[in-house]
This record gives sequence, C-alpha cells and structure tokens, in this order.
Amino acid sequence: MTALEVQNLSVDYAQAHGRPFRAVHNLSFSLEAGRTLALVGESGSGKSSVLKALSRLVRPAEGRILLGGRDDVRGREYRRAVQMVFQDPFASLNPSHTIDHHLRRPLLATGRARRGAPADQAVTELLGQVNLTPAADVARKRPHELSGGQRQRVAIARALAPQPDVLLADEPVSMLDVSIRLEILNLLDRLKRERDLALLYVTHDLATARHFSSEIMVMYRGEVVERGPSDEVILAPKHPYTQLLAAAAPSTGATREQVREGRRVRQAARAQRDAERREIVVGDGCRFRPRCPFAMDSCVRRPPEAQVGPAAGGGSGHGALCWLYAEGAGKAPAATVPQQKPAP
Amino acid sequence: MNAPATGLTGPAEPAAGPRDVVLRARDIRVEYDGERPTRAVRGVSFELRRGEVLGIAGESGCGKSTLAYALTRMLKAPARMTGGSLTFRTREGEELDLLSLDDEELRTFRWTRLSMVFQSAMNALNPVTTIGRQFGDIFRAHRPDMGKDERLSRTRALLEMVGIDAGRTSSYPHELSGGMRQRVVIAMALALEPEVVIMDEPTTALDVVVQREILDEVERLREELGFSVIFITHDLGLLLEISDRLAVMYAGEIIEYAPAEELATRAAHPYTQGLLRSFPDLTGVRRELRGIPGSPPDLRAEPPGCAFADRCEHAFDPCRSSAPRLLDLGRPGGPWTAACHLNDPGHRSAAGAPTTEGRQS
Repeated sequence: MTALEVQNLSVDYAQAHGRPFRAVHNLSFSLEAGRTLALVGESGSGKSSVLKALSRLVRPAEGRILLGGRDDVRGREYRRAVQMVFQDPFASLNPSHTIDHHLRRPLLATGRARRGAPADQAVTELLGQVNLTPAADVARKRPHELSGGQRQRVAIARALAPQPDVLLADEPVSMLDVSIRLEILNLLDRLKRERDLALLYVTHDLATARHFSSEIMVMYRGEVVERGPSDEVILAPKHPYTQLLAAAAPSTGATREQVREGRRVRQAARAQRDAERREIVVGDGCRFRPRCPFAMDSCVRRPPEAQVGPAAGGGSGHGALCWLYAEGAGKAPAATVPQQKPAP
Repeated sequence: MNAPATGLTGPAEPAAGPRDVVLRARDIRVEYDGERPTRAVRGVSFELRRGEVLGIAGESGCGKSTLAYALTRMLKAPARMTGGSLTFRTREGEELDLLSLDDEELRTFRWTRLSMVFQSAMNALNPVTTIGRQFGDIFRAHRPDMGKDERLSRTRALLEMVGIDAGRTSSYPHELSGGMRQRVVIAMALALEPEVVIMDEPTTALDVVVQREILDEVERLREELGFSVIFITHDLGLLLEISDRLAVMYAGEIIEYAPAEELATRAAHPYTQGLLRSFPDLTGVRRELRGIPGSPPDLRAEPPGCAFADRCEHAFDPCRSSAPRLLDLGRPGGPWTAACHLNDPGHRSAAGAPTTEGRQS
C-alpha cells in the first residue's frame, strides 16, 4: 500500500540576486507501507530539502505530496502521520525535560492516550518497544544521563508515539558509536515490519543503505540519477556517479593489489573531478557531466530516464538518468528543463 | 630487547631492527584526575616504523585521542601521564626522550619532527585571517630565517601539493569547502616536513567521495615524502585498507595488534571481530547484522578480569578473574598479538572453549 506519494516535487530557495536556487528538481517516488526506501547522496545533493518538503517544513515550489492518496491532508493530521528521526540525538532532545515528558507530550497532543494511567502505560510500552528497560528508570532520567544510542532510541520512541504511517529517518546513526549503529538500524527495521511503517532512510552510507532497504534512490545536485532494487543498484551500479560512490566506499575484502589499483584509477579520474570546481554553467545538460569519466557530446542535453537492469529493459524498476543507457543514444528528444541558476 | 614485553600490554618487538623505528612508546599510562581517577590509557606500547601507517581503531571513549595527546605531550589537566616512556629516533639517528624535553625543546620538536591533524580539523583554521597568513605564522615561528617571498612561494607549493589552487592563499577559510579546508590543514601539518604525522579522525565529518580523495592524497604524499602516519579512527573498514599495521584499542589498552591486510579475515580478539561485524561490507553477501551489545566499562574502577568480558559472547571463567595479556599468536607476517584468554593455550583446553581462529567468515 502506498503511504506517501511524491509527484514532480521541486524545492526552491530564494536567493538575494537572480532566480531562486532549485535544490530539488522534479522528483517523484512513493513510500510503501512496511518497506524501506533509502535516499543516498553527498552533502548538498538535496537530501535534506526532500525531507523538509516531506515534513512540511518548506513549501514545495512545484509538485504534490499525497498522504494516503490525498493531497489535502490538514497540517495537524499530516504531522501526526509523518514523523521524523533526526541525525543528532544530542540536539534533538530537550535537556531540561525528562524522557517521560518527551514521550508523554506527543501522546497527549495527538490524543493517542488519556492523561494519567493510560498515558503512563503508553510511555512504558513505547520504551519497551525500543528496548529501553527498565522503563520506569529510564523515564525518570534526563537526556544527559543517557548514552548516544539510548538517546536515539528515545527519539525513535517519540516519533512512534503519534502512531505514524511514515517515518523519515535523517542519517539516524551517523552520530552514533560504530558498535551500536547496527542495533539502531535493526531496531528501525523491526519497528517498520511490526507497525507496517513506510520508512525513508536518508544516508550517505551505501553499505547500510543496501542492507536495510529494499530500494535505493541516488541523488546528485537535486536530481535522482539512479534508482532501483538495492542489490542491483549497489552490485551493478549503472550511473557513473553511483559507480564513483561505490568505488569510494572501503571494501574490507579487497587485497592490497586491488586497493592500489583502485587508488590509481581514482587518481587518474581526479583531473576530471577538479574540473567541477571551476565549472560555472551546467545549463540543461547532465549535472554530473563535469565529473563524469564518460562524458560525451550528447551530455550537454538533458539525459533520459533509461531503464537498465539485469536483462536490459527488465521490469525490476532499475533506472538511471544517463545518456549511456539511452536507446539509440543521442537520438531521443531532449526533454525541456526550465532554465535555472546553477549551484554557486 | 626481542623478548616479548611481559607485563606490558604492548606488542612484542617486531622482527625488524631498531634502526627503522621512528617512535617507540612503552607502557604509556594516562589518568584523568578526579575523586576516582579515570584511567583512560592503561599501559599502551607500540612501535612506529619509518614510512608506515599505523592504524588505531576503537569506539569512542577507548582512549584513542587521549593516547594521541600523550604522544605529542599535549595533555592538559586534569589529564596526566602517570607512566611510560616515549623515544623518538630522528632522521639523523639521534634518540630523543620525549618525556624529558623542556618547553622550548618541545616547541621546536612539534611540527618539525611530529605534527598532528586534529579531529574536525576543518574547523581548526582561524576564520578571521587568510590561509596565506596562517601558513606565514608557521614559518615565522619555526623558520625565522625565511624571507617573505620564500614563505609565500613555499605556501603556494604546499597548497598545490594537496591539490588546491595556489591563488587560494588570499582566501579566508569560509570561502573553501569542508574538503578543501581539510586539505589545507593537512598541508599545514606537512609544512615543515615532519617525520611523523598523527591524524585523529581527519575525515570523519566529510562525504565518502571527498574522504576518499583526501586519503588518496595522503597516501600519495606519504609515498613522496616518506613520513610515518598514526591514523586514528573508529572506521575499521577504512583502516584495514590504508594502514600497514593495526592496533585495536578497548578500555585504554591495545587488545589486538596485527598486520592490517589479514585482520579482516583472521581477527583473533572477539572485540575486533565485533567491530568488523559492525561494518557491513558493501558488496558482500547479505547476512545478519549486529553490533556489539553493551557499552565500555567504567575506567574509574579496575576491571577484575578482561575489560571486555561483560560484552563478550565467548566469555568463560578465567575472563572474569584474570586480565588477559597480549600474547604473540606466532602467526606468519607477525608480530600478531591479542589479549584474549581464548588464544591462550593454557585456558583453551580447560574451558573447552572454541578458538577464535577462523570464526570470521
């Protein structure tokens, strides 16, 4: 079941001079109940802008966001149904309130529990669900008395309190110690299954994106350049940017020779990447063009959304925004893109 | 000298002669003063060979950064070094006892012989002066004979060396991206051609692609200039790839010390195995993923046995009562040492416990 559907979403930010800066460009996807979609990309690729639009913190310039098939859901109901887990559990909890307060408040505000004994019980249940026990002890504490992992569990419990349909997780483990990251991700995974949540996992870590999601979208400069089933996107990346990301991740199984060879290839490609810093105008063409080792003439025009996959054109839903995979590359008509000011 | 360092938690002497060792740490101990002192580093020994990358891994609070500050003698109260020795062997073959250097000697030693890239180094630059002036300060302090033109040309050369346009000398830090600032800081650390560079989580705040670029850069410079690196990070996957040898720290001690290349498949200590498990391999088979349950012990109290026992799935009787020592496993390509009773033949048969050998798949 589709919990949240995003159609042709664009997000603009006003700039002091000239046109607004377009941070997200014409993005469409849907979040399904009980499934995880991973959104991967470097800083500045527009991941956070997507989250802000989905949580209604910014108003989209274009496009629609449909919750349960409706785009007229009122603010209060929308915010109950779409909850967020933030990156930094040290900043997202109020240091002057107890854990009990953090969980009780959304329960009461959204009418999920009555004051008194029912709320007490709901708080205990929430803490139990995120494995914070004994619940009574934890509830009495304030955030500074908890470790980073425990705090993130509280933040997750708080997001669950209004019984949301959609959970947006913005780099939920990148601030945590390595030894507990997987536990938090496993917890999110279990809650997703138990509560039939639609989970959007925003991260720059490809390895956990692959292991904890069924589908991956790769963003670059405000556009999705590749999307598809997790294993396909990671094991057989098609877009040159995804290939670059995959090559940058350390691989524990590599031999010294493979490591050295990888380094040589990357250094050779470095000249091209340097070019990006000097690049001023991208225009209508592929945004990855300045960094792309395969850039060719047709890349000055907007690349098509090509179906790729195991048997080319197979129905796995694996697609890449790239001329390399266009049918009869170069002949397909270039879609028109509104002129915009390039990234500064 | 070649006997195993009994009583120390450091590794045994490497097979290589003492000649190519540039920094030797013996039984370093650091405490944070308090009502009950926190013993953050508890007897760490290691040797850094000339030109090698020594990786130090471990989760937060295991003493990695405290150790780095101890090596550079930058500990400030309430931290206090309570024991150990530090010997630095210069390029010219002179042996320096770092603990006996006075303030002036330390000032000249730091940066010229040993420099450091700090955690979140991209915020280490002064926001109100230009990059060029900040390089100028280094040369004015350490190379007073250098003329103005020479300072500028050296600065430009250093920036180009790390892949930044030389024209950036007149830029302010905020005009550079995070990755570029990081490169600037690395160029600064290399400005006086030190023999050892300590890098404390130098790339953690950066994107994977930028991180990779910077590491490639460090690797290229190291091959070119021949300095040694102590690389500290919690990212074990990264360390496996970039270091020659790897020390894994837990609760202020080195608990495993091994050649990096083979550690991924043959880790001997359950903690190292747990850390390795915490990083899913990008292209590996899908498997059950779990971290290491629990949290590190309170270092204000002396753990009665192995500090990892409470979190260890293989813990058996001796783990609770006696602290394991770093034992040489006698593996080829060593020294390969681990502090775990499972690897101690004396305990292995008695407990009927499985060896840790080959558990990692």
